[in-house]
Amino acid sequence: MIRIDDCPTHELNGIKYRCGRVRPFGASIISNDAINFSIFSKDAEACELLLYHNGEAEPFAVIPFPEEFRIGNVFSMIVYGLDYENLEYGYRFDGKYAPQEGYWFDKTKILLDPYAKLVSGRDTWGEVPDYSNTFQHRGRVIPEDYDWEGDKPLEIPMNDLIIYEMHVRSFTRDASSNVKYKGTFAGLLEKIPYLKELGVNCVELLPIFEFDEFENSRENNGERLYNYWGYSTVNFYAPKAGYAASAPFGLAAEELKNMVKQLHKAGIEVILDVVFNHTAEGNEQGPYISYRGIDNRTYYLLTPEGYYYNFSGCGNTMNCNNAVVRNCILDCLRYWVSDYHIDGFRFDLASILSRDENGAPMTSPPLLEALAHDAVLGKSKLIAEAWDAGGLYQVGSFPAWGRWAEWNGKYRDCVRKFVKSGAECGPELVYRLQGSPDLYSNRSAEASINFITCHDGFTLYDLVAYNEKHNLANGEDNRDGSNDNDSWNCGAEGETDDAEINALRRRQVKNAAALLLLSRGIPMLLSGDEFLNTQSGNNNAYCQDNLISWLDWKKSEENKDVLEFFKTLIAFRKAHPVLRRTDFYADKNSTDYPELSFHGINPWALNTSEPFLTFGFMYAESQKDYPVAEDAFIYCAVNAHWEEHDIKLPVIPEGMGWEVVAYSGDDALQHTRIENQVHLMPRSLMLLIGKKI
Amino acid sequence: MFDFNITENNGDMTVKLKGRLDATVAPQLHAKMSEFQGKSIKKVTFDAGELEYIASAGLRVIIFAKQKLGADTEIFMKDVSEDVQSVIEMTGCDNFVTII
Repeated sequence: MIRIDDCPTHELNGIKYRCGRVRPFGASIISNDAINFSIFSKDAEACELLLYHNGEAEPFAVIPFPEEFRIGNVFSMIVYGLDYENLEYGYRFDGKYAPQEGYWFDKTKILLDPYAKLVSGRDTWGEVPDYSNTFQHRGRVIPEDYDWEGDKPLEIPMNDLIIYEMHVRSFTRDASSNVKYKGTFAGLLEKIPYLKELGVNCVELLPIFEFDEFENSRENNGERLYNYWGYSTVNFYAPKAGYAASAPFGLAAEELKNMVKQLHKAGIEVILDVVFNHTAEGNEQGPYISYRGIDNRTYYLLTPEGYYYNFSGCGNTMNCNNAVVRNCILDCLRYWVSDYHIDGFRFDLASILSRDENGAPMTSPPLLEALAHDAVLGKSKLIAEAWDAGGLYQVGSFPAWGRWAEWNGKYRDCVRKFVKSGAECGPELVYRLQGSPDLYSNRSAEASINFITCHDGFTLYDLVAYNEKHNLANGEDNRDGSNDNDSWNCGAEGETDDAEINALRRRQVKNAAALLLLSRGIPMLLSGDEFLNTQSGNNNAYCQDNLISWLDWKKSEENKDVLEFFKTLIAFRKAHPVLRRTDFYADKNSTDYPELSFHGINPWALNTSEPFLTFGFMYAESQKDYPVAEDAFIYCAVNAHWEEHDIKLPVIPEGMGWEVVAYSGDDALQHTRIENQVHLMPRSLMLLIGKKI
Repeated sequence: MFDFNITENNGDMTVKLKGRLDATVAPQLHAKMSEFQGKSIKKVTFDAGELEYIASAGLRVIIFAKQKLGADTEIFMKDVSEDVQSVIEMTGCDNFVTII
C-alpha cells in the first residue's frame, strides 16, 4: 500500500516537511530520507526543531512546529531529504519562566530529546568538550533494526544466576587486560572466554546510559577527576557513547548489541544498572540539558516553592509516579529489552520510585506495580536497591508483587561482621545462609540478592586490607564514602610484606566468597574480587579513571589460588541445585536428613540463639528431589575464631564418605578424604562433600 | 563521492567499493545487489581498496549480503583500511566477514 500522507506539505529554506505521527516519541526513520520527530511537552507554548550536520556549531535548519502539527501535548513533524548518518537534532521550547512555580522555559536553550536513541557530544571518553558550543548533548538518529541471528533474552531462572557486577571501562581499560579495544563494549567482548571460565552467568553493568564524564569534573593534585561511574543520566535511551570504540562512526548501538548477542551465545545474561531517580541536570544551578527546558513540572519533584526535592542526594528527583514520566520509564525499559535484548535491570536508589508527587512513600506505587506486571518486561529480572538518600530503607519490605528482588544490604553487613569474628552475628548468619527467610518469608529466596561487596565500597581485598577508607585522591579531604565498612585489615593497614598477614587476608577473602556462594539466594560478585583486585583503600572510587578503578589483570596470575578457589565454588554451586532452592525448605527430604541443618563443634548441636564463631552447615541433596546423579551431603565447616578448632562431622549413610572440595587454609587438601572430623586453622573454612565411596 | 561496480561470474561476485559508503548512497548499492537474490551466489568479495568510509548504512549492505544472497554465501572483504577493519570488528561483523 502506498501511504497518501507520505509527502511534504511545507517547505522552509529548501527543507521539506509535513505534520508527523505522534507515536512513537523520538526520531524514527520512516523511509530512506524521511524522519519522523515527535516530542511531548504539556506546558510549552511553542517548539522548534533544529537540525545539524555532525559536530557543526550552527544548525542547517530551524523549523518551528506550526500549530497544526501539535496534537494534545505532542509536537510531531516528518522532515524529508535527511541523511541520518550525518544528522544531529535538538529542540527549543518557548513558554513561561517562573521558577517559583516550576516553569523553566528558555527559548534560547537547545535541548536533547529524552527519547533520542543515540547522543553525540561525548563520543570519545575524556576528550575535553568544546564548551563554546551551545548544544552539548546532541540527539542522533539510528535505524532500529538489527540482525540478532535468533538471539533473545536468555531467561535463565533467577535462582540459577551468579551475578558479576562490573564497570565497562574499568574491566578492560588497563593495558594488562591485553584486549584490543580497551575500556569499551568491544573490549568486554574479548573477555567473554574469561567470564565463561570463571563460571558466572550474568554480568550486571554499572550505568551504560549516556552520561557526561565531565559533570563535576575537576583536578586533584594534577589528576583529572571524572563522573566515572555514571550515576547521573543525560539520556535514558542512548548507550554511553564513550564506552563504544565505534562511537566516532555513530555505531555505539551496534557495538553494544553485538556485545549482548555474544554474551548470550556464551550463556551470560546482561543486567543494566539503571538510574531513574534523578538526572544530570542537578539542582537550580544545574545546566539545561533536556527535561528542565522541555517540561520541568512534569519531569521533576518540586517543592511548593518550586525548588527541586533532593531525595537522590544529587540535586533533583525524577517525578517517577507522574503518569507521563512513568510511561517514559516503561517505554525506555521495554526498548532496552526489545531492541537490546537486555535480561534485567537493577534500579539505583529504587525506593525513590515508590514516592508520590509530594515525595511521600506510597504503599502501592503505580510505577513499581506497572513494571512488575508489564507485558514486555514479563520475563525481565527486576532488582531494587531498596533504599534512597532521603532515609527510606525498604530491605525486606520493598513493594514487590512477587516480581522484585532486592540488594540484601543486611546480608552484606552480617557476613562482613561475622567473617571478622563478629560472634554476635552468628545467629543472624543462620538466616542469611538460608536466603533470609526472616526478610522474605512471604516471597522467596529469589528476592535476596546476596552480596558482600559491590562497586560502592571496598573491594573484597580492601575489606581485609584496610580498617579505614583512604579517599584523599577524591579531593574531598577523605570526607566522602562510608565510614561504616565492617572491614578489618588483618594486622596492618594496606600493603604489607608480612607473610602471615597476607596469608590471613587470602583466607578471609576465600571464607567470605565461600559463604556467599554456598548461601541460598542469588549471589552477586564484584568484578576483580576473584583475583584480589584493590582500589588501594578507596571505598568510593566514583571519580577515579585510573589504576584505582581499573582492574589489574596481572593479579589474576599473581593470585591464581584465589581465582581457582572462586572457580571451584562457582562450579560447585552450579552443580548442586540444593543450594539454589528458593522456598526456604529445611525439613527432612528424601535422604531422611533435614535438607539444611546447622551444627556446632559437635553435629546437630548449635545454639543459634547465642553468639558463636565456629559452626557447620549441611545441605542434604537427594537424587529423588533434584536432577543430580547421586545423593550427596554438602558440609561447610566454618571457623571465624582466631584460634584453631576441630569440628566433628555428622554421620552420613553407610557407604558414603567425606572429601574436601575446598579449604581456605590449604589448597593442597583439595580432594583428600576426611573421616569423622576436620581440623580448621584460625579463621578458615572447609567445604566437604559426602558421597558414595 | 561514492561509486561501485559489481561483477559476477558463476556464483562468484565481486563488489568494488570506492569513496564514502554512507546512508545517501547505500540504498543504490543495496538495490543493485538485490537483483542477485535467488541466483545462487556462493561467494561475495567486497573490494575495499578504495573505500574511505563505512558506518551504519554500509554495514547494512554487508549484512544484507549475508542474509539474503544465500544461506551458504561466504562473505569476504579485501584490502580494507584500518578504520574499515575496526568498524567490522567493533560491531561484530567479523563473525561472518572474512577479512583477506
